[in-house]
Amino acid sequence: MIMANNHEQIQLDSLRETTRRQFFGRCGVGVGGMALTSLLAGDQAQATPAVTNPMAPRSPHYKPKAKAVIFMFMAGGPSQLDLFNDKPMLRKHHGQLPPQSYLDGKRFAFLKGTEPLLASPRRFSRYGECGQELSDLLPYHRRIVDEVCWLHGMKTDVFNHGPAKIFVNTGSPQPGRPSMGSWVTYGLGSEASDLPGFVVLQSGPRGPRAGSSLWSSGFLPTTYQGVPFRSGPEPILNLKSPAGMTRERERRFVDIVSELNQLRLDQVGDEEIATRIAAYEMAYEMQSSAPELMELAQESQDTLDLYGATPGTPSYANNCLLARRLVERGARFIQLYHTSWDHHGGPSENLENHLPAICKEIDQASAALVIDLKQRGLLDDTIVIWGGEFGRTPMGEVRQTTGRDHHIDAYSMWVAGGGFKPGLVHGKTDELGLGAVENAKHVHDLQATILHLLGFNHERLTFRFQGRDFRLTDIHGKIMHDVIG
Amino acid sequence: MSRQHLPTTRLVTGVSLLSICCWMIATDLMGQGREIDFARDIRPLLSNACFKCHGPDEEGREADLRLDTPEGAYADLGGYQAINPDDPAASVLDKRITSSIADERMPPPDSDIKLAPAEIDLLRAWITQGGKYDQHWSFRPIARPALPNHKLALHNELALRNELALRNPIDAFVAKRLADAGMTLADEAARETLIRRVYLDLLGLPPSLDDLAQFSSDQLPGAYQRMVERVLANPHYGERWGRHWLDQARYADTNGYTVDSERSMWPYRDWVIQAINADLPFDQFTIEQLAGDLLPEPTQDQLVATGFHRNTLINQEGGTDKEQFRNESVVDRVNTTGAVWLGLTVGCAQCHTHKFDPLTQHEYYQLFAFFNGSQDANSVAPTLTVTTESNQRRLAALDKQIASAKASLAQHEKDLNEKAPAAERDDGRPVVWKVVEVTSAESTAGATFERLSDGSLVAGGTNGDSDTYSISFTSPVERITAVRLETLTHPSLPLGGPGRAGNGNFVLNQIELQAGDVKPTWLHATADHSQKDYDVAKAIDGDAKTGWAINVASGNPNVNRTAKLVSSPLATKSNALTKVRLVFGASPAKYNIGRLRLAVTDAPHMKLGLPDAQRTKLAASLKRAQDERNKYAKGLPATMIMRDLDNSRETNLLIRGDFLRKGDIVVADAPAFLPTMPEAEPARTRLDLAKWLVSNEHPLTARVTINRVWGRLFGKGLVETENDFGLQGTPPTHPELLDWLSHELIATGWSMKHLHRLIVTSAAYRQSSHQREDSQRLDPLNKFISRQTRLRVDAEVVRDLALAASGLRDGRIGGKSVYPPQPSGVYAFTQRNAAWPTSKGADRFRRGLYTFFMRSAPYPMLTTFDTPRFNTTCTQRVRSNTPLQSLTLANDEAMLENAGALGRRLMLAAEADEDRVSLAYQLCFARAPRQYEADRLLGFVHEQRADFLASAADAKSISAADGNDEQLAESATWTIVARVLLNLDEFITRE
Repeated sequence: MIMANNHEQIQLDSLRETTRRQFFGRCGVGVGGMALTSLLAGDQAQATPAVTNPMAPRSPHYKPKAKAVIFMFMAGGPSQLDLFNDKPMLRKHHGQLPPQSYLDGKRFAFLKGTEPLLASPRRFSRYGECGQELSDLLPYHRRIVDEVCWLHGMKTDVFNHGPAKIFVNTGSPQPGRPSMGSWVTYGLGSEASDLPGFVVLQSGPRGPRAGSSLWSSGFLPTTYQGVPFRSGPEPILNLKSPAGMTRERERRFVDIVSELNQLRLDQVGDEEIATRIAAYEMAYEMQSSAPELMELAQESQDTLDLYGATPGTPSYANNCLLARRLVERGARFIQLYHTSWDHHGGPSENLENHLPAICKEIDQASAALVIDLKQRGLLDDTIVIWGGEFGRTPMGEVRQTTGRDHHIDAYSMWVAGGGFKPGLVHGKTDELGLGAVENAKHVHDLQATILHLLGFNHERLTFRFQGRDFRLTDIHGKIMHDVIG
Repeated sequence: MSRQHLPTTRLVTGVSLLSICCWMIATDLMGQGREIDFARDIRPLLSNACFKCHGPDEEGREADLRLDTPEGAYADLGGYQAINPDDPAASVLDKRITSSIADERMPPPDSDIKLAPAEIDLLRAWITQGGKYDQHWSFRPIARPALPNHKLALHNELALRNELALRNPIDAFVAKRLADAGMTLADEAARETLIRRVYLDLLGLPPSLDDLAQFSSDQLPGAYQRMVERVLANPHYGERWGRHWLDQARYADTNGYTVDSERSMWPYRDWVIQAINADLPFDQFTIEQLAGDLLPEPTQDQLVATGFHRNTLINQEGGTDKEQFRNESVVDRVNTTGAVWLGLTVGCAQCHTHKFDPLTQHEYYQLFAFFNGSQDANSVAPTLTVTTESNQRRLAALDKQIASAKASLAQHEKDLNEKAPAAERDDGRPVVWKVVEVTSAESTAGATFERLSDGSLVAGGTNGDSDTYSISFTSPVERITAVRLETLTHPSLPLGGPGRAGNGNFVLNQIELQAGDVKPTWLHATADHSQKDYDVAKAIDGDAKTGWAINVASGNPNVNRTAKLVSSPLATKSNALTKVRLVFGASPAKYNIGRLRLAVTDAPHMKLGLPDAQRTKLAASLKRAQDERNKYAKGLPATMIMRDLDNSRETNLLIRGDFLRKGDIVVADAPAFLPTMPEAEPARTRLDLAKWLVSNEHPLTARVTINRVWGRLFGKGLVETENDFGLQGTPPTHPELLDWLSHELIATGWSMKHLHRLIVTSAAYRQSSHQREDSQRLDPLNKFISRQTRLRVDAEVVRDLALAASGLRDGRIGGKSVYPPQPSGVYAFTQRNAAWPTSKGADRFRRGLYTFFMRSAPYPMLTTFDTPRFNTTCTQRVRSNTPLQSLTLANDEAMLENAGALGRRLMLAAEADEDRVSLAYQLCFARAPRQYEADRLLGFVHEQRADFLASAADAKSISAADGNDEQLAESATWTIVARVLLNLDEFITRE
């Protein structure tokens, strides 16, 4: 043997020899007896252990206000200055450079510091009892101003799309950590037994930058990663049985797979097999429940009209309606990505044509979702979030058409339901909109608050990875107590 | 320790009678009963309960007390000590952890941290014994422990049974621990299980029918060892263990972040596979990857190896700050190095001194400094063109072709030169152009000329429909062999000129040269640019209808242009006027030159290059040869490598890890709690770091490496927190075994194959993975290794298993990544709706590790089975078990292809249903079916057959074949049977 050194080898050999002699000598059994013992040991059948489902619903740290989240992610960064914040001073100083004191310490992706202020060409009015300002681009939002909590002092850390999107979703600008939906399903499981608990929907011309890093489970088990749903009758990859496999045949297939798995389980006693049996059963259920979910034609004409949804034609409106249907079926975290709000100016992404167009795509359905959830009594325990990875600058960008750069120091989002105070206007920016002057809130604060409403102490919802207890809010995050009821 | 500094006296009086009683009992129980081991018993308690506020991190430290070092714990805090080794009873720590007063109690009652009564007892007993500190276990030097002496325990029947099973030293350690816990090693797994286990663990492939036959026919002692040797020599070994390493290297085929475009790193992947197959010793394996570029005259392989740390992300999004993402990649290199070799969470010290481990923030940036000098800055460069031997042969042949074409051309030039008249031979001197000093310039159409200081003339006045300029000068040379005409731009000209036409163009129909009465013959004309159909040669062709023009309609029109006109030698007597006439015709009208400058030279003709058909031919063939080489070289892969700047960057501590907030300057060095690194001039380099990591004295590298290998072969490391060997990690379940193996690894020259051989031939490895009653009761978490563990194979191996069972697998090793079928629409969720050029032919059936890996949208089958995204290092994968996995196995196109192929394979190989089922079990599970399994499956076969005979259309869809109804039903039946087998838990599990 080459593995032990000489001394050790001698030690081993002598050990083995004395043992053998003493064992047989003392016990008085021969080799036959030994063989019998080992055979018997191998044939001991094990009791079937209980099935453990990692997605089983679980209780959080304390009594939750909300049990589900819908995040309408406006990918690219919507311009708060053309939608939610009228700035008369911008009109007054349009074309002038902003005072240097406002720019100190700020970093931008494309601006060089020589771009003049850009007034919004939009008409603004105040609406509802809360008096929130809305531009003429969002007429349907007027119907929900008093249902929504308006956050105008949002701040984030990074100003490029990919890192900023990853930051909102995972609390870190580098890819690799679990996303919010993964944390939530990791903590709460899901009440949807035949649908994924964390679903991602997509509309607009292309997917969001950074792709699946945004709904990755990071170092959490992949059970908790977001499942992207495509439009159409086969929303989940590989959902459809091969051609020729009828439902009955598929039933017989699942039955024999389960039976043979069960026989193996009886043999070896590994409870992972029980989990796998359950997984096949759930996959089989999903094959009918997921297409059923997608059948928007089941909805009344009134509901379809409310959203502006058309069954069979993929759209943001359809996704909003799907989000409600998922919440009804017990899904925990639904994220809707709509591209693209990256209005820098230029032939294909400007404030003149493309902002109005995309507003038209999302205005009615975003408002409808809040109204519909409320009508059905679902809004109380569903958190609705609307916003992007950052906002846009008060300065215009020098391109052929007008646009604005990425702005991370003061931008707007809105939240509704699930314990957020309705009709509250929270946070305020300076008269040019460059910085927050009241109630500045960081992305980590919003994350902490969402987890809080779901019943979690955000500092204790952790997972140990490479020796460190990681959490969604990294080492930051303060619960925004003044915006929750 | 204290949030409120209380007077010592109160602390002392605060000790109740009750607590003194408890203390005495604890002392009695713990102190007398068992020696307390600081590293095992106390350090984890202190680390969990105290270090956050009383640990290494100065910034977070409370009450100026640190408990992670004896100096800190024994320090005089103003008349009292947390631990008083001389007078344990006076130790304040003891009182604070037991105090019933909320303000005194530690850890503070309002924190999340609580000490259990037993833990308090342990701490108190330790204090009573003098509060002795000891180095953390993993930072101690590695010594080879003696094998456990079992003779002492021979009265114990369990020990006896264990010792019978001893196969190698590993088992001595494992059996001893089991005996102490009242258990024995489990029975050896069945032979059929063992061979599949070894193949899956070492190759990631199931044994073939031949492999099975060879093993089962070898019934002599040592058959298992012989099988293991065959497996270790199999080149697929490098693929399986390479994949494990590539996880740590965070290898992927794209740059990451949002743009996520393709990169070429597969030569690095192939290097890893080859290095592991060649059993490149782990110390050398380490050095080449971390610092191959710094080795003396590095080979191509050693440079490719440095791709290890080029696997970091590159953010190609518009508007990014290069320095920010360069910084991110350096951070990732430090953290990855820390995780892979040190098994430590060094990343914690990026923003602040580590809360638990003795790593300061300053030391973090000392490690950072090793990587801070690399050339790459959020960039693909530097790269290396990688060549195989056959590439090199081809390149050499192409180089030879170029050299011979060059030589022919040179020889021809030489011959021409020798043939030329003596005065026109190349004399080796450079061509000198002398600008002429114009004495008069006249125009036939009434243009006027202004002389500029650079010797040029600008035309003004009438721009005639046609014109002839006569320009006289005294020649600066005695013999003119060529004239240079520059046409120049000027603000006074239309669009800046250089012509006077509205678009700035001109047409020069003829140019003439004359000295006295002598007019030489033009021999050759060239220009830096000629308009199509208006070549400069037309200005010397004697035809006044044709001429030279420059293109002003496109490109860059209004710029300076130059023509050179070679003439037969023209002698110019001193003082005699020499004349150049420029003739502009009327068609097109007004196309006269606006600004020009003339120069002449007396260089010999051979220097000026006269046209020669043979030379043109030779030059063309040289160009062809050069083009061919360029094209070939461009097709060779260029892989990203590590190179340092000539002048390294200065490294600063970054305050809170923010790259914009620079703190003190730091230099590259090792952390103080680890062995010292030799000095180096002018600074320590990555090579020093690499050599230090694999030095014999290093306590961590071998332990960490061994532990990962163990974890991959048993499902769990001897240290369960395989990525945290620090104070917060779990201590090893078998510390002596870990050290013995680590020592063995170093002593045998870091051979990983040796280590694998050692482990897989141990009785511990060969145990059955079946649950057994005593193990479940006494060792439910299998900490004592009372059995093997069933492990679902990694994602890539799931694919490999299906390909192997179906027989479709392509066995080639290495090469560019491939594109097996993937469901459509995967990229709809990414920014870049990239193409997925599904591979055809054998490439479609390559092993999972060759699947093209796009970080922002990885191949769905892989991530469904827990392949990480490789944004950061992955030292251990998680194993999930989900319905999406079921859907993938059942319905994914690639899986169905395999089911179909396996069905056909069964039908071809055997006639009887029983034989087909039996063969299927061999192919899928390396064993015969048990009777009840065969019965159940055969029943299913009959049922399916009847079903499909009754529905021919469905049978056709499923079988994807042609034939009569019976054939279709047969084919569909076996496809579905195969689908069942590929979906069984046992299929994707190594038992």
